[in-house]
Amino acid sequence: MVDPRTSVTVAEDGLVTATVSDAKKAPAPSDVGRSQGIYARAWAKLRRDPVSVAAALVLGLIVLVTLLAPVIADSVLQTSPERIMRTPNGRIAALQPPGPGYPLGTDDLGRDVLTRLLYAGRVSLTIGFTVALVSIVVGTFAGMVAGYFGGWVDDVVNAAVQFVFNIPGLFVLILLAVLFRPDVLMLSLIFGFFFWPATARQVRGVVLSVRALDYVTAARALGASNGRIMLRHILPNVANIVMVVAGLDVAAAILGESALSFLGFGVQVPQSSWGNMLSGSQDMFRKAPWLVYPPGVMIFLTVLCVVLLADGLRDAFDPRV
Amino acid sequence: MRQFLIRRLIQSALLLFVLMTFTFALTRLTPGGPEAVLFEQPNMGAVDIERLRERFGLNDPLPLAYWKWISSAIRLDFGRSYQYLRPPLDVMGERLWPTLQLELVAYCIALLGIPLGIIAAMNRARLPDVVIRIFTVFGSAVPGWWLALVIIVIMSATIGWFPYGEGREGPIDWFTHIILPATMLGLGGIVAFTRFVRSQVLEVIEQDYVRTARAKGLPELLPSWPTGRRSLIARLRLAANLSVSTVILRHILRNALLPVVTLLGGLLPALISGAVIMEGIFNWPGMGRLYLEAAGTRDYPLLLAITTMATLATLLGTLFADILYGYVDPRVRYG
Repeated sequence: MVDPRTSVTVAEDGLVTATVSDAKKAPAPSDVGRSQGIYARAWAKLRRDPVSVAAALVLGLIVLVTLLAPVIADSVLQTSPERIMRTPNGRIAALQPPGPGYPLGTDDLGRDVLTRLLYAGRVSLTIGFTVALVSIVVGTFAGMVAGYFGGWVDDVVNAAVQFVFNIPGLFVLILLAVLFRPDVLMLSLIFGFFFWPATARQVRGVVLSVRALDYVTAARALGASNGRIMLRHILPNVANIVMVVAGLDVAAAILGESALSFLGFGVQVPQSSWGNMLSGSQDMFRKAPWLVYPPGVMIFLTVLCVVLLADGLRDAFDPRV
Repeated sequence: MRQFLIRRLIQSALLLFVLMTFTFALTRLTPGGPEAVLFEQPNMGAVDIERLRERFGLNDPLPLAYWKWISSAIRLDFGRSYQYLRPPLDVMGERLWPTLQLELVAYCIALLGIPLGIIAAMNRARLPDVVIRIFTVFGSAVPGWWLALVIIVIMSATIGWFPYGEGREGPIDWFTHIILPATMLGLGGIVAFTRFVRSQVLEVIEQDYVRTARAKGLPELLPSWPTGRRSLIARLRLAANLSVSTVILRHILRNALLPVVTLLGGLLPALISGAVIMEGIFNWPGMGRLYLEAAGTRDYPLLLAITTMATLATLLGTLFADILYGYVDPRVRYG
C-alpha cells in the first residue's frame, strides 16, 4: 500500500516534507531485486544505529523496572513505598543518606527513596504514554481530515490548532489543578488536549502532499470511498511521522508533568511521580542533597532515550540519510 | 497585510473572550470554587460569610455575575483580590518589573543560540557540531526545574554564591541575583535557537547563489583588509562596511536568519510559562510567583486576571512574530 518511492521526512526543526525520489535516484544495482517496504528498510537502518539501539535498551530497562516495581520492592528491597524505614537501633530513619537497607537514602518521612522512585516511575511513564496516545489519536484524525478534505474542514481544524497553541498552558493547568485536583487519567487528558495540535499540524502537512500523488487519484478513479483512501492509501504514509511525533510527545509530556507536579499542581500526594517526589521544601534538600538527584536523573534518562529514539526513527525513515 | 492584521486581531480577541469565559465558568461552576474558600474559614459566622458573598458579588445569579465580570474585565477591572483586597492589576503591577527584567535577560541569553547554531552548521559533522549537538540533545532532555534545583543545592547552599531573590544593592548584586534564574529560563530558548538556526543555515548553504558567490571569489566571513593608498580611518570604514559582500554575512546569514524572527515571538509563551517555574524556585518576586501564591491561597480574581493577561501576552507575541515575518521576508504575503 505504501508507495516505496514516497518518503516523508520530518526535518530537525519540525518541518515536514514529502519527497518522491525520481527515476535518476534509482537504487544502486546491488539493491535491485531486493524489494523492501519502507518499514523493513527503516527497521534495518535503526538496528544498525548504535545510539538508537542503546537508547531503546535503556528505555526498555526503565520501563521493565518500573513495571516490575512491586516485585522488586517485595523480593529484592523488601520494602513498600509507604513503609517507614527504621535504623538498626529502632529509630525512624528519616533523611538518612544512602546506606545498607536504603540504597538511595530515605526521605523526610523515613521512606525508602529507591522504592518510591520505582513506583513513581509507573505514574510518570503512564502519563507520558497516555498523553502521546491521546495526542496521536486526536491529532492524526484531525490532521488527516483537514489535509484530505481541505475547505471549511481545514479551516475549522486550523482555527482549533491556533486556538490551543495560544492558550498559556501552564496557567490553565494550574488553575484546573486548584479547582479539580485532577487524577492521573484526567491529567493525561488535559495534557493531551494541549499536545494534539502539533501532531495535527505535522500530519496535515504530509497528507496535503500525499493526497496529490498519482496512486491516490488512481484509487479515486477506481471508485474507492474517501474513508478507504484515507485508511488504506494515506494513513500508511503518515504512520512514520506519527511514530516520531509520538516519541517527542512522550518526552514533552513527562517533562511537563514533572514540572507541574514539582510545583504541586500535578499528581497529588498519596500518589507520587518523579516530579512530585521533589515538591517538598527546598530547605530540606540543603540538608539532604541526595534526595535531589534520583528523580531528576530518571526523568533525564527517560526523556533522553525517548528523544534519541525518536531522532533515530526520523533518520531511519529519511532516505537521504 | 491590513486585512490579515484585522483578521488576526479579531481571531485573537475571540480567543481571549472564549478563554475568559471558560476560566470564569470553571471557577464558578466547580465545587472547589470561591464558595469553598469562604466556608473553609473556621472563625467566620454566617453573617460574615453573607457579607463577604455580597461584597465579592457571589450572590449574583450566574449570568449577571458573568456579565459584570466580563464587562469590567474589558475595562481591565478584575474585581478585588481575595488576598490583597485590592484590584488584581494593582498587585500585578508591583510584580511586573521583576518579571520583565528576568524575561529580558533570559531573552538575551537565549539569543546565544544563534551563534551556536551558525557555528554548528558551518562545521557540519565536525567536532564543534557534535559538541553543540550533544548540548542541545541534553538541554532538551533535562528538566529545567530540576537543573535549577540542583544548581541551587550546589551553589547557593554549599558555596553561597548566587543568592536567592532580587538584588537591590548595585549592579553587581543585581547581576548575581538575576543570572541564575535568567540562564535557567533561557536554556530552552538557547536550544530552540541553536537547532533552528543550524537547520536554516544548512539549508541556505546548499543554495546555488552561495556556490556562485564562492565561485566569484568572495571572502568567506570578513571582507579582506582594504589596501591601497587610503588613510587608516578610511580602511577601517571600508572594512566595517557591511555592504562589502562576504559569503557568510551577505549570502548565508541574511537569508538563514530571516525565519529566526518568528522564533523571537514564538519564544514568548514558553518564557512566560517558564517564568512561573523559575520564579517559584528562585524566589523571584515576579508575576509568576504571584500566580503560584494566588493558586496556593485560591485567590480566584487574581488567578483569572493573571491568566487573562498571560493569554493576551501570548497572543500579542505570536501576532508580532507573524507581522515581523511578513515584514522581513518579501516572499510572504498575507491575504
